[in-house]
Amino acid sequence: MPPSIQALTHTYFRHNKRFPHVWCPGCGNGIVMGALLRAITRLELEKDEIVLASGIGCSGRMPTYLDFNTLHTTHGRALTFATGIKLANPALNVVAIMGDGDATAIGGNHLIHAARRNLNLTAIIINNSIYGMTGGQYSPTTPFGSTTTTSVYGHIEHAFSIAELAVTAGASFVARSTVYHAALADQLIEQAMMKPGFAVVEIISNCHVQYGRRNKIGNAVEMLTAFKEQAVTVKKAATMEQKELQGKVTIGVLADRDLPVSTDEYKKIRERARAAQEES
Amino acid sequence: MSEEIHARRLLQGNEAIVQGALAARCRFFAGYPITPASEIAEQLSVRLPAVNGTFIQMEDEIASIGAVIGASLAGGKAMTATSGPGFSLMQENLGFACAAEVPCVIVNVMRGGPSTGLPTSPAQGDVQMARWGTHGDHSIIVLAVSSVLDSFIMTVRAFNLAEKYRVPVIILSDEVVAHTRESVELPLKSEVKVVDRIAPGMPPDWYKPYQEDARGVPPMAAFGDGYRHHVTGLVHDQDGFPTQNPQEVEKFHQRLSMKITKGLPDIQLTRKFHMDDAELFVVAYGSVARSAMRAVEEARMAGIRAGLVQLITLFPFPRRTLTPYLQQCHSVLVPELNLGQISREVQRVNQGQCTVVKQNRVDGRLITPQEIYNRLVKLSSGRLS
Ligand code: SF4
Repeated sequence: MPPSIQALTHTYFRHNKRFPHVWCPGCGNGIVMGALLRAITRLELEKDEIVLASGIGCSGRMPTYLDFNTLHTTHGRALTFATGIKLANPALNVVAIMGDGDATAIGGNHLIHAARRNLNLTAIIINNSIYGMTGGQYSPTTPFGSTTTTSVYGHIEHAFSIAELAVTAGASFVARSTVYHAALADQLIEQAMMKPGFAVVEIISNCHVQYGRRNKIGNAVEMLTAFKEQAVTVKKAATMEQKELQGKVTIGVLADRDLPVSTDEYKKIRERARAAQEES
Repeated sequence: MSEEIHARRLLQGNEAIVQGALAARCRFFAGYPITPASEIAEQLSVRLPAVNGTFIQMEDEIASIGAVIGASLAGGKAMTATSGPGFSLMQENLGFACAAEVPCVIVNVMRGGPSTGLPTSPAQGDVQMARWGTHGDHSIIVLAVSSVLDSFIMTVRAFNLAEKYRVPVIILSDEVVAHTRESVELPLKSEVKVVDRIAPGMPPDWYKPYQEDARGVPPMAAFGDGYRHHVTGLVHDQDGFPTQNPQEVEKFHQRLSMKITKGLPDIQLTRKFHMDDAELFVVAYGSVARSAMRAVEEARMAGIRAGLVQLITLFPFPRRTLTPYLQQCHSVLVPELNLGQISREVQRVNQGQCTVVKQNRVDGRLITPQEIYNRLVKLSSGRLS
């Protein structure tokens, strides 16, 4: 039985301090937050050993509400701060929470290098295809042809596929879900947090306020329904033609591979350095 | 136990910064290669792992200072080193460190600018950027080193100030100091005073990470110590949570400024030579201070009552040290390897008592003792008593 919402909020929310939250009613950010908390509960992690670091944007406010060691960094930089925290204290379980603009536009360089570097970190990227907080401008994941406040005549650039980008950049674990598939999302986050190495979970989410309405997809419920229809499991996708996959979103685990983890490798560097110093 | 002995060693400025950082118990370095600062990264990549520390080369300077701040939040003493172009990229997160009060040390080995500029030539063009580079009102400490020994001592000092005041401290070196080798005798470990940040003593439930106290510098808990708290670059209240309440916003700014103002006597470092009876004096810093010292000695030999105030702390600008001399002397000469970045500070605090004379070079070459001497002679002519 999954833990009740009430149990989760009592355990993890800074309820006497930081509520009401800033998110619009129906925003997918709340579902991702719930998924993260369910994963943490199942993993039986202590609150003291978790660091939750965010960047800037609607997603960036998540750490404010949760009773962990929390950090709200600059735009796009969550992974750089997370890298320093993890290296300085590898015993901490460090999770970076980011939005699509945050992680793949201004922070795109940090994302690919974090994946390549393979520190033992977890990155959760909430992808709602838009800059929500600043008023609905196009992001690196805004689909071709859509309308945003900076592409009122139609968007002429092509969207990144975040999970595929992370696979190519070398992350140890890469998975994708949508906020409709909330139970899958928490399983994937749990797997990601357990995985040694850099783990990325992309969660397709709804910003009905800035994206859904403007692109005639509709309100939160209608956007979630659309995610349900677009989603295809990785297993099923493998049996489908490229043409059939147009407009679909593959969900599940896209990559799970055992690679040397730099946080562990560095221990060997320390041994080598000590040995070299003793010799000299 | 091996006994510590004083020994003379041939070191360059960048090496002395490495030694100073290790002596101050720095255990984390993140950086990106850049001339003329790269030796600091190279040597720390060798030395840090041997003392259980961590070195990492990041994808750029933005990431480097991000990692440094992260490491400091996790309880480690952390630094980065760069030059002008990299320092420009660091300004964003430097502001974060100011706002969230995260101790860290940033070395900028200055070269000619703007932009890619003159990578292998000395300059002092980043002085005002070190003070005002990140946006918004903020307090920050900027030190300038003039020799190899200074590079060691002031790096230790930079860490101590960063830890004591929970503020980023910038060390400005320049290409000459960084790459000149000098024979130096570094202080022994037992002679180096190391300051660590104050950890909270109260139970975690009582901990308010940004609470105002008499000192103005709240105790700092490390992530993982059991004092779960929130850190943000947004203006925050005593609990560390974002606020727009005008009273809390005002308090936030006032305390960040006050904590530095209260520490001025401790923070503002200068050296004075021949100032007691000086009729004119030089204000200099970095490698130029070395030329100035020589010039002042020669001026004295020629019967000119010249003196030198060497600035080690550039910001907060040591106004109180200079004021009496600006009243005592008829002229002050400010030689700099820029078009006048500290001379404008001298002018600002002068209030018309003294003639402020600039002496500038921006051709990638040093200001020689002879050049400064010649100016001193000119300034004193007709005024010799
Ligand atoms: S603007 Fe969009 S992303 Fe931001 S809280 Fe509202 S619905 Fe969510």
